[in-house]
Amino acid sequence: MENNKYLREEIIRESGVNPKKCMKCGKCSATCPAYDEMEYHPHQFVSMVESGDIMPLLNSESLYKCLSCFACIERCPRGVEPAKLVEAVRLSAIRKQGENRMTANDVPALLDEEIPQQLLVSAFRKYSK
Amino acid sequence: MQRVGVFVCWCGSNIAGTVDVEAVSEALKNEPGVVFSTNYQYMCSQAGQDMIKEAVKEHNLTGIVVCSCSPRMHEATFRKTAAAAGLNPYMVEIANIREQCSWVHKDIPTGTEKAIILGKAAVAKVNLNTPLTPGESPVTKRALVIGGGIAGIQTALDIADAGFPVDIVEKKPTIGGKMAQLDKTFPTLDCAACILTPKMVDVAQNENIRIFSYSEVSEIKGFVGNFDVTIKKNARFVKEDICTGCGACVEKCPMKRVPNEFNLGMDNRSAIYIPFAQAVPKVATIDPNSCNMLKNGKCGLCAKVCAAGAIDYTQKDEYINEKYGAIVVATGFNPISMDKFDEFSYNQSKDVITSLEFERLTNAAGPTAGHLERPSDGKSPKTIVFVQCVGSRCDACAEKGKEYCSKICCMYTAKHAMLVRDKYPDTEVYVFYIDVRTPGKNFDEFYRRAVEEYGVKYVKGMVGKVTPEGDKLKVQASDLIEGKQLHIDADLVVLAAAIEPDKSARPLATMLTASMDTNDFFTEAHPKLRPVESPTAGVFLSGACQGPKDIPETVSQAGAAASKVIGLLAKDKLTGNPCVAHSNELMCNGCSSCERVCPYGAITYEDKEFRMPDRTTKIRRVAKVNPAVCQGCGACTVACPSGAMDLNGFASNQIMAEVDAICK
Repeated sequence: MENNKYLREEIIRESGVNPKKCMKCGKCSATCPAYDEMEYHPHQFVSMVESGDIMPLLNSESLYKCLSCFACIERCPRGVEPAKLVEAVRLSAIRKQGENRMTANDVPALLDEEIPQQLLVSAFRKYSK
Repeated sequence: MQRVGVFVCWCGSNIAGTVDVEAVSEALKNEPGVVFSTNYQYMCSQAGQDMIKEAVKEHNLTGIVVCSCSPRMHEATFRKTAAAAGLNPYMVEIANIREQCSWVHKDIPTGTEKAIILGKAAVAKVNLNTPLTPGESPVTKRALVIGGGIAGIQTALDIADAGFPVDIVEKKPTIGGKMAQLDKTFPTLDCAACILTPKMVDVAQNENIRIFSYSEVSEIKGFVGNFDVTIKKNARFVKEDICTGCGACVEKCPMKRVPNEFNLGMDNRSAIYIPFAQAVPKVATIDPNSCNMLKNGKCGLCAKVCAAGAIDYTQKDEYINEKYGAIVVATGFNPISMDKFDEFSYNQSKDVITSLEFERLTNAAGPTAGHLERPSDGKSPKTIVFVQCVGSRCDACAEKGKEYCSKICCMYTAKHAMLVRDKYPDTEVYVFYIDVRTPGKNFDEFYRRAVEEYGVKYVKGMVGKVTPEGDKLKVQASDLIEGKQLHIDADLVVLAAAIEPDKSARPLATMLTASMDTNDFFTEAHPKLRPVESPTAGVFLSGACQGPKDIPETVSQAGAAASKVIGLLAKDKLTGNPCVAHSNELMCNGCSSCERVCPYGAITYEDKEFRMPDRTTKIRRVAKVNPAVCQGCGACTVACPSGAMDLNGFASNQIMAEVDAICK
């Protein structure tokens, strides 16, 4: 529990998000293009971070399904910015030792003429230390 | 030297619990000027007041200090007591030892110490008090109502009913406002026109009411009881007193492709038009921006067909001056623009509409004669999605939307959804909500009926985006209860747009020197106890200009505003507050600082002749305070660089004496 409280504060501080501003309208999840891919949806991230229930989020694949398209940030009527929370939880997961989601060695296998290089660059930025 | 009496109140245990009242009355005995000091359980009770009266007689008191609750509570009581004992009521000072002392301190020594200090300050002040006499000003027995919607109509009818003349100024060609555009009204579902138009006719027929339609207020001078107002009557190019409203001109006008404002641009009207069948006054108006005759001198058909000869292409704007004793603001509201809400595709698809547009679509007098048809292709919609809270309850820092709840949307959306299911039972109706807020008599029952009897599908969640695809609208939304993202192929999407005060309100508030909040709603004098009065004396508030309101609430507020106006107009003379500012002309240097800071417009400047020591005369510009307008806020006394401005009852030397007494 103590650990959770520390995690919660860390994530709130790093993301700069105030989850208390959320009015639970669900517009973030309504707008999310990766909704069906995700186990925990943007509105759940906001609610679970607020209640300190962060371990399930840290272990969830949802962290890597978020497209970082920021549609939820754009549409949120209360200015809560859920994608920033997802980002902060993801950072907290991959910052642990040995927890890089993607390393330089993975890149050649992913190279494909169809994929824009920028996508790989941003994926590399998002998924590794 | 004053002879001051000090009366310390226990207020039961409210004060005596934390303040040693005996010690306070004992300590204040030794203050300069104090000849008598005592304490009592309830100073405001009849016995307490009698105690004050007797002490005044016995000790020949010239000033009174009551150490008790806030002056907002009982200052008036003790002033009356003083007056009954033969003293000037303004020779009473209150030391607030309850709200500012006993209620905020926990232990007796601190509470007692502070109570003594506050008492000393009051004694120091009362030593410098001078008797004050309130001034009087006459009252013009006529009221002005700005705005001719249901709020303005009801206020005007109630004032007129009491026998006072009322003028309504309405900027549109007809009175009626938003309510005239509505189809049915919740929660009883009676038709809006059926209950509104009789009232509009009443207004037209009432001998005490004059309607200035197609007019605006252009200037307001004066003060409570004596407002001097200039009304600009816009040229409608039709002689109002001759036009019979037969409509022959409207029929013959060749310029028929002007978007019809009354139907929110969903159909067209002619350049000469009567907004709707029951318009009051039922007079045609020429729109100068689309009339060929006015634009390039060609046409003149309407003048030819008008049997009454009412058309006058040379008509000019007219300015009317009138005096009023009271002004009621009833400027109403508008739905906000949907331009910034791209996610709902309002500007991309004709089939995404606002709720007010939906009202016109279901109204028998609307563009579709009451048949629910899609604006794009006229087909009847099979799936309708209602979205609530569009632009309401947004973050204060957000670039779009309003921070407040628009209050009426939950109910009218339930009404729309219910009416659709009633008339077209094979239509699927979804309502996406964040919270359903239905406080009000028979309101929640109404909403439950929409769900339980009419089968409207209420979904807890918000719509994320609407994309037009073919002849469908793809709606992507959250269902938070079932934990799903919904994808609905809708035929019609209705947005419950937030409401905002009319744009004319802000410049009007400036003219009235009435205060507004950050959302441009007029501020009331007290949110609970004076809800229909503006802090500016003589200005009253009616309807949605003060905050979002439905019709029942608007009508009750309109009646309340009218009763306040009647109370004012029934007086022959107004007694002012003597605690107003005054300028020392010998010290005033005419810099205008005070005029700029005065929130009430009470200060003017005049050129005055002064006799100089060498017997010559000199004309100087000096400030003059109108005591009937001044509210005694004291802003000018602080702004004045030369110390010429001072406030009766709160003079600078009195304030300094208080500060000295506290710091001693």
